[in-house]
Amino acid sequence: MNPLRLLRLITRTGRFAEPTPPAPEPAPGVTLPRALRGSVQVRHVDCGSCNGCEIEIGAAFGGVYDAERYGARLVASPRHADVLAVTGVVTHNMVEPLLRTVEATPRPRVIVAIGDCASDCGMFAGAYGVAGAVSDIVDVDLTVPGCPPRPDDIIDALRRVSGR
Amino acid sequence: MTGVLLVILQIIVATAITPLLVGVMRQVRARMEGRVGPGPLQPYRDVRKLLAKEPLRAEGSSVLLVAAPLVLLVSSLLVVALVPLVTTATVIAVPNDLFVVVSLLLVGTVAVALLGLDAGTAFGGMGSSRHMMIAALVEPTVLMSVYALSIPIGTSTLSRIVVARGTDIGRVVTPGGLLAVVALVVVVLAETGRLPVDNPSTHLELTMIHESMLLESAGRDLAWLEVGSWLRLTALLGLVVNLALPWGLASDVRPLPVLLAVGALSVKLLVAGALVAAAEVFMAKVRLFKVPELLAGSFVLAFLAVTASYLAG
Repeated sequence: MNPLRLLRLITRTGRFAEPTPPAPEPAPGVTLPRALRGSVQVRHVDCGSCNGCEIEIGAAFGGVYDAERYGARLVASPRHADVLAVTGVVTHNMVEPLLRTVEATPRPRVIVAIGDCASDCGMFAGAYGVAGAVSDIVDVDLTVPGCPPRPDDIIDALRRVSGR
Repeated sequence: MTGVLLVILQIIVATAITPLLVGVMRQVRARMEGRVGPGPLQPYRDVRKLLAKEPLRAEGSSVLLVAAPLVLLVSSLLVVALVPLVTTATVIAVPNDLFVVVSLLLVGTVAVALLGLDAGTAFGGMGSSRHMMIAALVEPTVLMSVYALSIPIGTSTLSRIVVARGTDIGRVVTPGGLLAVVALVVVVLAETGRLPVDNPSTHLELTMIHESMLLESAGRDLAWLEVGSWLRLTALLGLVVNLALPWGLASDVRPLPVLLAVGALSVKLLVAGALVAAAEVFMAKVRLFKVPELLAGSFVLAFLAVTASYLAG
């Protein structure tokens, strides 16, 4: 695109991110590590999702919801991550990769199950390829309900961790 | 003694301001993209958090995984100490010669490339080979462009070049000098992994250069790597702004000139960083096979700068 046209677009559009909503109440009964205050790196693990949750995660980190303003960032390696955002029912083939990813994430770490499938198998409960919900395989710290979950709810979970 | 004090001050100031520089660059980019952004202080929080985390090391990895981040950090700190940022004073034992600085940069580059190979992952090796290719194209251009600036002054000591340019404005605005500064800007962007050569905020392993070598590092290893590569950005960007605008550097320890020098460096660095970040919004990453063309172009500029400096001098 012509740089001048792009500059005009940038000045005309200005800020299109939604106004910052108030910080969420701390989740009852959940203690989150204090070391992760202010900065949360997220690694997304898809264990057998239909990609609905992925679209919502993409939206949460996009320009409108802008999860980055709370200090959250998507990263490319579990070694860099503080939060594992797990989506989908855990299929038999993804049990081992999920366990390995958790093992590869340095402590303190927080595991967030995103979406109904990750929380309680959702509509796939009892299907032949399903090993279980995320909490059947690893210890889950936070869950985000919804099919698909709203980007606001995903961001609320991340804000609880980052405390911002 | 004055030199030692000033150089220590320079290291402290540069290290303190470096996360702010990175934060300001990210914030400028976020604002121009219509986002709110995490605020300019986010890199400080990131580093503090990384230092509090457990440094997890892959099974079967060697001592390199621990040593390479430290080598990068120490080499970057040495570069920060040698490049004239706050002061033109030097420690007599260590010459802040152009060739010393370029070799130190190369020590850090090689350490990170070996780190990428260490864990034996596919992306790490790919990143290392790309990184070395870019380093091989960048280093000659850095040498050539600063050499062009050193010809009229007759020394390759960086602080003397800055002093001489500061005392005589006629030396700043010459064809050779301008060409050399433009060539230097291109190679600094390549060396520090900025657009259009590398994307510092990418999540796609296939397009990564710098990031892909760090994929196996965690906790404090990762913190040292991040700080080390940010310090290189501070040092190189600071060198460019001080060559282009060689004013406001302190040469002795009186409080007023020192404060002035710290302020001048902060303003120059942050403005230059904001400009780089704003320019990056208008750029896409170029295809890897186009990178040699870009860098060859900047080498040609540096070569022309040398020729022009000889003809004019």
